Amino acid sequence: MSTLPLLKVNDVSKFYGSRIGCRNVSFELYAGEVLAIVGESGSGKTTLLSCLSTRLIPTSGIVEYHMRDGQYRDLARMGEAERRFLMRTDWGFVHQNPADGLRMTVSAGANVGERLMAVGDRHYGNIRATASDWLERVEIGIDRIDDQPRAFSGGMRQRLQIARNLVTSPRLVFMDEPTGGLDVSVQARLLDLVRGLVHDLGLAAIIVTHDLAVARLLSHRMMVMKDGAVIEQGLTDRVLDDPREPYTQLLVSSILQV
Amino acid sequence: MNDLATYNFAYLDEQTKRMIRRAILKAIAIPGYQVPFASREMPMPYGWGTGGVQVTASILGPQDVLKVIDQGADDTTNAVSIRAFFQKVADVAVTTRTKDATIIQTRHRIPEEKLSEGQTLVYQVPIPEPLRFLEPRETETRKMHALEEYGLMHVKLYEDIARNGHIATTYAYPVKVEGRYVMDPSPTPKFDNPKMHMSEALQLFGAGREKRIYAVPPYTEVVSLDFDDHPFEIQSFDKPCALCGAEDVYLDEVILDDKGGRMFVCSDTDHCEDRRACGHAGHMLARKEAAE
Amino acid sequence: MATPLVVSEVAKSFTMHLRDGIRRPVVANVSFSVKAGECVVLGGPSGVGKSSILKMLYGNYGVDEGQILMDHDGKLVNLATAEPRTVLEVRRTTLGYVSQFLRVVPRVSSLDIVAEPLQARGVPLEEARTHAAELLNKLNLPRELWSLPPATFSGGEQQRVNIARGFITDHKILLLDEPTASLDAKNRAVVVELIAEKKAKGTALIGIFHDEEVRDAVADRILDVSAFSPRKAAA
Repeated sequence: MSTLPLLKVNDVSKFYGSRIGCRNVSFELYAGEVLAIVGESGSGKTTLLSCLSTRLIPTSGIVEYHMRDGQYRDLARMGEAERRFLMRTDWGFVHQNPADGLRMTVSAGANVGERLMAVGDRHYGNIRATASDWLERVEIGIDRIDDQPRAFSGGMRQRLQIARNLVTSPRLVFMDEPTGGLDVSVQARLLDLVRGLVHDLGLAAIIVTHDLAVARLLSHRMMVMKDGAVIEQGLTDRVLDDPREPYTQLLVSSILQV
Repeated sequence: MNDLATYNFAYLDEQTKRMIRRAILKAIAIPGYQVPFASREMPMPYGWGTGGVQVTASILGPQDVLKVIDQGADDTTNAVSIRAFFQKVADVAVTTRTKDATIIQTRHRIPEEKLSEGQTLVYQVPIPEPLRFLEPRETETRKMHALEEYGLMHVKLYEDIARNGHIATTYAYPVKVEGRYVMDPSPTPKFDNPKMHMSEALQLFGAGREKRIYAVPPYTEVVSLDFDDHPFEIQSFDKPCALCGAEDVYLDEVILDDKGGRMFVCSDTDHCEDRRACGHAGHMLARKEAAE
Repeated sequence: MATPLVVSEVAKSFTMHLRDGIRRPVVANVSFSVKAGECVVLGGPSGVGKSSILKMLYGNYGVDEGQILMDHDGKLVNLATAEPRTVLEVRRTTLGYVSQFLRVVPRVSSLDIVAEPLQARGVPLEEARTHAAELLNKLNLPRELWSLPPATFSGGEQQRVNIARGFITDHKILLLDEPTASLDAKNRAVVVELIAEKKAKGTALIGIFHDEEVRDAVADRILDVSAFSPRKAAA
């Protein structure tokens, strides 16, 4: 395991005028670690995710990423070209609504192959083979490779989005409620898939979710947010089994047992 | 001569021509880059060549010789109208012979005759943005060009191969100019793409409705996009031109009767006439003469 | 190291904010050590904090005061204050835990659940599965259940999967929380045997056993947790 953190977040705050999005968030993320950011609506978790993934620029604070060349880069100071390149190669972003993260009018194979073509792959046969390989890994039948995601179910679309993001072997993947809106059985399948892939590929991931079961299953560490602030963080099973803060205790006790 | 008094030379006012020439210079300085310009109201509707007309009007001088073709032919309605327009507003010499023209305005074809230094080819362009069909946002496509993010272009070609087994794009086939910008060559058949590469002539592209001008200076690298295992190929025809016997030229299909009879003839009418004048004859011509 | 686990002056209490912040102390001044090859049993009445101690040793519960020192690959780690990724590292290679209840992961077969800790250590899948099969065999789990996820198993069947998963690696420290609670006599004997094997290999074991027979068979020492009662400490 690497001794240097992959992502260093230092006192990040985001304000919308006087309204607090998130405030004073600091943590370090190491390669292979999965961090769940948990909270209810309005907790600031989505704002934080956007600040971390450079979709929003923080009002204050620094987010630094450990580039492949060994240098740390302040993401807010990165040029647009570099930032977009990073987003296409070293990072992934899985949207809650898969339609936001896919090209709906283009075949599944092209969706998976796009990133490869974007970094210069010019062999049709190889691109198609890699795309097939990934479709298999996310349990989409390869006979669907030429079908458009418009014809896919929600669970299939989500799995396709994951394949599309992972094809360039990113080191860090952001996920925004990856199982939101899916049927329970579909969720279980997806979670298991994500769990396996994260483990097999040694990915670091930051997953925003309001579902504690998702956090329990997928993450090593957990951060609980309320009203824009991180009120508790630590080892996931510790936070869930021995919650210290009042709000965390409330959250944990609110889960319905089946 | 009376008519001339009511129009400025070549219809556009001098300020407009200046603005367009500046855009053209910018375009030449950045081969393949789409320069926005303030497209004017022209006496023909959008979709009828207003971009090409504005470019021609801006570069036309009293000594120029103008040729106008539409799908390779000098005698279609559009070509005739535009040619007449310039005769009226510029009183400039016109020709149908490619060799004799200094400015050639074209819709959807490049002349078969190799162009030489000093000649300018002005293309009429409907949609200048090669990425438009896959990415509808102008903000995004501008970024893609600026950051040289052309993966999406290959996605389009990939889709073609996936659906049709081969790259099915047969016209408006995207090209990379001088190793930097991806450009739409206008709806010319891909057959004509190789002619754009290292041409001795200046190539200018005008899109009136979309308000863009772009250019390929002489001796510029123009490479058609493809995959390593699906290289770019031009169309080939089984038979030569029925009238002049030319091979290796782009042919148009002409329906002869209502029994399915048809013949393939040169799309470039001037080229065909030239060859016939030199004595070449295709099988239809021979038959016609035999019948006479 | 001869003494892979040393617990020093550990204290823990729960503050129940949902009940007006009632503070419930659990244990105080917990100090003990466990030698390699030794099996220490935590004894004492129900509710005295035995399970809590085990969970603190695993890092599952937080610690208010004190240190939990472990020999992790020749280095000394204080689990009470370690970073999450360090705790996970320790769990991966040094510290094992057989909990009372198996938390089920959807869709993974019991064979693979058992094989997973070995895989996490880099052992190839097929080899890991072979070891898993051996253990499940020993524990008399019917073969037809091996390919099924344990969600629908009986308590005893789930527990055997749990045990196999805990015993499959060669972690130096093993925590056992009521591992024989739902087992019949035959399988209880198997577990006693497995524990004896671990002791012979030099594993340090800390366990809670309600079954007196099993306890007597495996314990080298019994630690009465009521000695760490916070009332006592207050007194």
